[in-house]
This record gives sequence, structure tokens and C-alpha cells, in this order.
Amino acid sequence: MIVFQKPKALTDAVLHYCPGCTHGIVHRLVAEAIDELGIQGRTVGVAPVGCSVMAYNYFACDMIEAAHGRAPAVATGVKRAMPENIVFTYQGDGDLASIGMCETVHAAARGENITIIFINNAIYGMTGGQMAPTTLPGQVTQTSPYGRDVATQGHPIRVCELLSQLDGPAYLERVTVNNVKNVRNAKKAILKAFKNQVEGKGFSLVEVVSSCPTNWGMTPQKALEWIDEKMLPYYPLGVYRDKEA
Amino acid sequence: MQEKVLMKGNEAIAEAAILAGCRHYFGYPITPQTEVAAYMAKKMPKIGGVFLQAESEIAAINMVYGVASTGKRAMTSSSSPGIALKCEGISYLAGADLPALIVNVQRGGPGLGGIQPSQSDYFLATRGPGHGDFHVIVLAPASVQEMADMTQLGFGLADKYRTPVMLLADGTMGQMMEPVVLPEPQEIAVEKPWAACGTKMEREHNIVNSLYLSPSELERTNLERFERYAQIERDEVRWEEYCMEDAEICIVSCGITARISRNAIVEARKRGIKVGMLRPITLWPFPKAALAAAAEKVKSFISVELNMGQMKEDVELAIRCKRPVHLCSRVGGMIPSPEEILAKIEEVAKEGGC
Repeated sequence: MIVFQKPKALTDAVLHYCPGCTHGIVHRLVAEAIDELGIQGRTVGVAPVGCSVMAYNYFACDMIEAAHGRAPAVATGVKRAMPENIVFTYQGDGDLASIGMCETVHAAARGENITIIFINNAIYGMTGGQMAPTTLPGQVTQTSPYGRDVATQGHPIRVCELLSQLDGPAYLERVTVNNVKNVRNAKKAILKAFKNQVEGKGFSLVEVVSSCPTNWGMTPQKALEWIDEKMLPYYPLGVYRDKEA
Repeated sequence: MQEKVLMKGNEAIAEAAILAGCRHYFGYPITPQTEVAAYMAKKMPKIGGVFLQAESEIAAINMVYGVASTGKRAMTSSSSPGIALKCEGISYLAGADLPALIVNVQRGGPGLGGIQPSQSDYFLATRGPGHGDFHVIVLAPASVQEMADMTQLGFGLADKYRTPVMLLADGTMGQMMEPVVLPEPQEIAVEKPWAACGTKMEREHNIVNSLYLSPSELERTNLERFERYAQIERDEVRWEEYCMEDAEICIVSCGITARISRNAIVEARKRGIKVGMLRPITLWPFPKAALAAAAEKVKSFISVELNMGQMKEDVELAIRCKRPVHLCSRVGGMIPSPEEILAKIEEVAKEGGC
């Protein structure tokens, strides 16, 4: 009996992510959800610009690479063209909450029946560790070398809370993947975000508080602890919208 | 055959797009092309199509990118400032080899400019509207009939060559009403095995993408695209000649100024001046060979434009500066009268142009 195997919705490509990065876990959870719902053949994913730009090589469903921040608009086009297909985007914080905030907010306001997986690791990873819209106050990055000064560099954006002010979204939840229990919760949330779409419930977004050991300058272990110590107090886990509930 | 109807240019585009099988329109209001969106908003829901007023021009072009990725026909329309915003998306469409129709009903610029007709996006359209090394096919209609015909032609060329196509009209073309015979409904003839529309678990996954981190691979995709461009330059150049048989002066003009130039040519010929016109219909590919051939026969050229002489440069390049190329132009929404063009013809004729 097989007790553990790679999800079918992942290809055999070797992930390019840094050691200790949580993208790999979230990719797996997305793929498990696709497998469990039996939707791989009709799923189309939209990859972002950022560390997960090459997600199109990793998911075994049809994939589209979008311009920076535009994934929700691209996904809207795909979903409107093929309502029977399952359409998801996979985006980081710079992509979704900075350059693509307009597309994010309006896709949510329209209640587009799509699924968004939002990776919040409080930093721009691919370009080498610059300040993100979700960088914490005081957090040191390449472009906030003295720590993020909210007086001049603004405050971090809490995406789930912001979107929860809109009537459009069906489901908004913030999860994390820094320990086994949290990974299991994240899995449930991601599965639900896809199931909602299958059932036509509308816009679902799961924010995954993630780690970036490389650009945070920490060991993978320390980075996971830092999520508990610093990230979660600012970004509380929980359900911010659930139209069923 | 369809019957003749009276329509605004913008409406003719919308109806022709629907007849071309386009069921997905995304736009954002901007004068002077908003009638396209208004027409689509009324019609699409009734025929099972999609009209979506996007949050921005940027979102609209990316929605087009999404639909085009699935293999279905999609379009957006806008006017100059909005087209500038779409340039990012047009570059991505070109990079991912996706077909789409982008309508630009030009107004005066730069900046917010004005809302009156212009041809000042000539450079923007013909030099590759966006970052990177690419072209789009650029069609320049000069009547409401051509607005309809070129909409359908545009979708066909886009599918055939896997490239975005820009219908480059000026505000006059969008706003004026003329009788038009709408094209027959068109079937999509091209297979799209590359489309990201779900694998149905019957094939490997398709990836619609413009990212190539390997320089050699990126170079290969660029070279392959330019082979297609060479084919387009060979097979798809379109132009029209008027009174060129014995012409000694050749007017080069497209869109509304070609129409006005025609009147001026009729009047000039009454006065004994042998003037004709070469009207580029495709601005990219530009009718270089036809102009080079004309340069063997005529003494000079006059480029008549609604900008500061953007197309004039292409005329000079096409004829390798063999003959003088004069400019007759108005800008900022001003339109030359037939008399102004006639005066220019007479001035050039006097200088020895004929």
C-alpha cells in the first residue's frame, strides 16, 4: 500500500526554491487539493512574477504566466472564457498587494469565481530582499536598511482584513505553514478555496504567512519561529469571510 | 450578403467583431471610442458573450490575455492615453505569441491631450507598442466600411500569425456615420493546440509564457518571431493607389487625411497638377516596395498626417531619401481642409515637384 506519494498535479520538475522556503509546502497543498477534487484536467493556473514565477513548470495542469500583479485580471479572462474550468492564481505579496493591488481588489469586488493563493513572506524574494507591502514595521530589508519606518515608508497592508470590507469575496482566510498543525489547517483552507469554486460560490483567497530564510537572513528553523514571534501578531490567523458561515 | 446599414465607425467595429466570432470584450471608458464598449455592453449579454468593464486599461488588456490564452477570440478598445497603459499587456501578448485585437481610436496628445482626432500614435503603434523587440500588425481604416472589414481581417491575421493586431483609427473614423455592409459571420479557421484550456488529462500541460531565463532560448524565440514577421512583411502588406498612373507628386496618407487628400487631388488635377496618392492600409508592415516603385516615377512626395510627421520618416526610409518628402500636417485635434492640402500641392508643384 502506498502511504505517501507526490501529488499527480505536480510535475517531476525539481523546485528551484531556497532551502527552508515554504513555497514547496504550499505547492504541494495546492496540488493535493487539485488531486482530491479530481479537477486537474480542467484546472488552469496563473503564475505571478516573483519567486514563484516558474510555478508553471511545477503544476501539471495548464498554466499561464502573467505580468507582475496582473494574475487576477488574467484569471478573470480565463474564467469568463471557460466558466466550467477551475482557475487559480498563485501570487506573492509584492505581486498581489503592491503592483497588483488594483487587480486584486477589483477581482474580489466582482466576486470572480476564482481561487487565489497568496504567499505573504513580508519581503521581495526574487529580486534579493527588498521591502514589500507586507514588510513589518522596523523590519530590515535591502530597501529599508534602517528598518521599515512607517512615518516615511508607510504601514504594512493586511490583505484579508482589507478585502473583508468588500461584499464580493466568498471566502478569505489567513493560515501559515510553520508547523505540522498549521500545515494541516492550511491544507483545509486551500482545499475549501478550490471546492468553493467547483461549487460556484465565488471569490476565495487564502493568505499563507510564509518564510523566507534567505532574505530574512535566518536559518530555516529560526525563520519558522520568527513567523510565530513577529508575523502572526501582526497578521492574525483566522477566517475573515466565509459566506457559508 | 448582408444588407447596407448606417452606422458609426465605433459601432461598426463592435458589430464586426461579434460577426468575427469574438464573444469577449474588455474595456474602460475613454473618449472617443466609448461607443464600442456601449455597443458591446448592450449586445454581448444577449448572445451569450462577455462584456466586462475592467477597473483599468491595464486590467482590460490582461483579461484579453487570459481569454486569448484559452484560444478564444478577445478584444479591447481604447484611445491614445489608454493604449499607452495597455502597452505592457501588448508586449506580453506578443511575447507569449497570443492573438488579440486592440482597437485604438486615436486622440491628440501627449499627456491627457484632447479628445479630438489625431494620428499621433503612429510611432507607438508601428514601432512595437511596449517593451522588447516585437511588432504588431497595424491596420489603418479610412471609412466605416473599412472599420468593419479590418476588424474581421484583424482577427484573422492575429490567429494566423499568433500576434496581436492593432486597428489604428483616428477619432473621426470612430465618430462618423456612413453606410456599411457588415461582413459575413466568420468561422475561426485556425487550430490552437497551444491553448491553456485544460488538459482533460489527454495531453501534457500547456504553458502560455513569455519568460525564458536561458539567453539562447530567448534569442531563439525572438528569431522565430521575426521569421514570422518577415512572412507578414512579404504576404500581408496592403495599400491603395489613387490617380498614380501619371502622377508626378505622390501624397502618402492614411485614415481621415487620405479622404481629405482625395478631394484635394481632384481639385489639383482640375488645375493641371499631376498628383496621386498612395494610401498605406497596413502601417506595419509598411508598403515599402510600393513606395520605392513610386519613387522611380514621381518627383516628390507629400506626407499628409495628423501629427508632426511621424509617417513621413517611414516614407523617407522606404524611398531611401531618393526624392524630397514634404509634410502637410495639423495636430492637436485640428484637421486640414482640402484647401490646405491643395495649397501644399500647389506649393510643391511650383518648386518643381511636377
